[in-house]
Amino acid sequence: MLNSLEILETVKMIAEEHLDIRTVTMGISLLSCAGSDVKTVCNQVYDKITRQAEKLVKTAEDIETEYGIPIINKRISVTPASMILGGTPTPSDFVQLAKILDRAAETTGVNFIGGFSALVHKGMTVGDAALIASIPEALRVTERVCSSVNVGTTRAGINMDAVAQMGRIIKETAELTKERDGFGCAKLVVFCNAVEDNPFMAGAFCGVGEPDAVINVGVSGPGVVKCALEEVRGADFGVVAETIKKTAFKITRMGQLVAQEASRRLQVPFGIVDLSLAPTPAVGDSVAHILEEMGLERCGTHGTTAALALLNDAVKKGGVMASSYVGGLSGAFIPVSEDAGMIEAAQVGALSLDKLEAMTCVCSVGLDMICVPGDTTAETLSAIIADEAAIGMVNNKTTAVRLIPAPGKKVGDMVEFGGLLGTGPVMPVNSYESGAFIARGGRIPAPIHSLRN
Amino acid sequence: MRAVITVVGQDKIGIIAEVSRVLSENKINILDISQTIMQDMFTMIMLVDVEKSDVSFKEISDRLDKLGEKLSLSIRIQHEDLFHSMHRI
Repeated sequence: MLNSLEILETVKMIAEEHLDIRTVTMGISLLSCAGSDVKTVCNQVYDKITRQAEKLVKTAEDIETEYGIPIINKRISVTPASMILGGTPTPSDFVQLAKILDRAAETTGVNFIGGFSALVHKGMTVGDAALIASIPEALRVTERVCSSVNVGTTRAGINMDAVAQMGRIIKETAELTKERDGFGCAKLVVFCNAVEDNPFMAGAFCGVGEPDAVINVGVSGPGVVKCALEEVRGADFGVVAETIKKTAFKITRMGQLVAQEASRRLQVPFGIVDLSLAPTPAVGDSVAHILEEMGLERCGTHGTTAALALLNDAVKKGGVMASSYVGGLSGAFIPVSEDAGMIEAAQVGALSLDKLEAMTCVCSVGLDMICVPGDTTAETLSAIIADEAAIGMVNNKTTAVRLIPAPGKKVGDMVEFGGLLGTGPVMPVNSYESGAFIARGGRIPAPIHSLRN
Repeated sequence: MRAVITVVGQDKIGIIAEVSRVLSENKINILDISQTIMQDMFTMIMLVDVEKSDVSFKEISDRLDKLGEKLSLSIRIQHEDLFHSMHRI
């Protein structure tokens, strides 16, 4: 029998500590729609998505009501779009496909659809090149489409030609969406070691190893972890880790329940629960504030990397037993503009880009939602991507870059994205040039530990 | 289906009566009930069976919400499985 304290604890987590399911994401394979005639492909894509995800939003809302758990986002991820247009597609063909994805997302009622993607860690096909060239325009003309490009893996090394190009693509995307402070860039992620079952945007896509349709769930709950740590102020790190583990277990059990229930009701296989701690700009829902609760005056000061390492590891240890299948990115997220504590830390100068880079060595997922000055060059953006990809490649982990070079903005200005994407202070980048490094092109070879066989 | 109802807020006369009235109007059977005052807050937990109810779960939830507003209390109804999955291995 349940006891009252347990019931009240759960109710308090949801009502006061922002415990929620961050996203129920349906992965949909579009491989069955592949072809070389754009119009036919677009029709099939629209039909498949709207048929498969017809009841996604309604089902998630029903679960929300019955269990009394907020499910913040309902989303769709699809097969990397570069794979489904054969022949010799042009960038405008891909823009057309992006519009169809956008329309399918609108019809099904999801807020984002991910998978306008290309995997080019070793080289580019004609389709990959056309898709990448189409990204700025595709993100300008669509509202809900998210794009990602994988430029490196531990097994293949880093495709520096793609890295160089992505710097330019980010700049161009910012320019085309400058009336909204470069908002297009908030929907574009550059990955190293991208995962196939990530439910979180903007980097979600449905990998080729996935079934026709699959349900992946991302949990949240930084506020719950923070509140749990408030109870053990001053205790040693063993107690801190133990407290986080227990909390993560409970959070993940809820994710598992929702994932199973959504899978059963939609008759779509359950893929994974993603154990990431995902913050929102709301007060009391911040990863930075957890780190500060551990004893740091501000997130970003000395000790932050160690605190984050402990947090990230304890979340995984607690979560892994709570779910039958764990996957996706699974780690603490540190998106600057989406985390009230990160925003404050960046504003007062406690948190720098360099420290964020160090933090990404010990957590997922990378330099996320960081606004940089509008006059940052494409080469500097590429060099930041290269650094981050190198961390992912060498450490055998996923890393990503989602930077917004907000047109016309300078260090210290604020950029307002609204909603879950939040508000970002413009952070300084290193003013010295990396152009000649990026201009070399070619590939950075895979590290020695890729040779495991 | 069984659900857990939690009622939290300032104590006053008639809370249990009012909540029970809404439940009986909607053919919801009370299986277990416990009530206490925790840190000056009225706290009531009910285990109920909604199987025989002829309105949707959403409707029940909305009606309890409305009652909660009237009495200045927080009233939630949630599927029992949520609590089992969170606190039991």
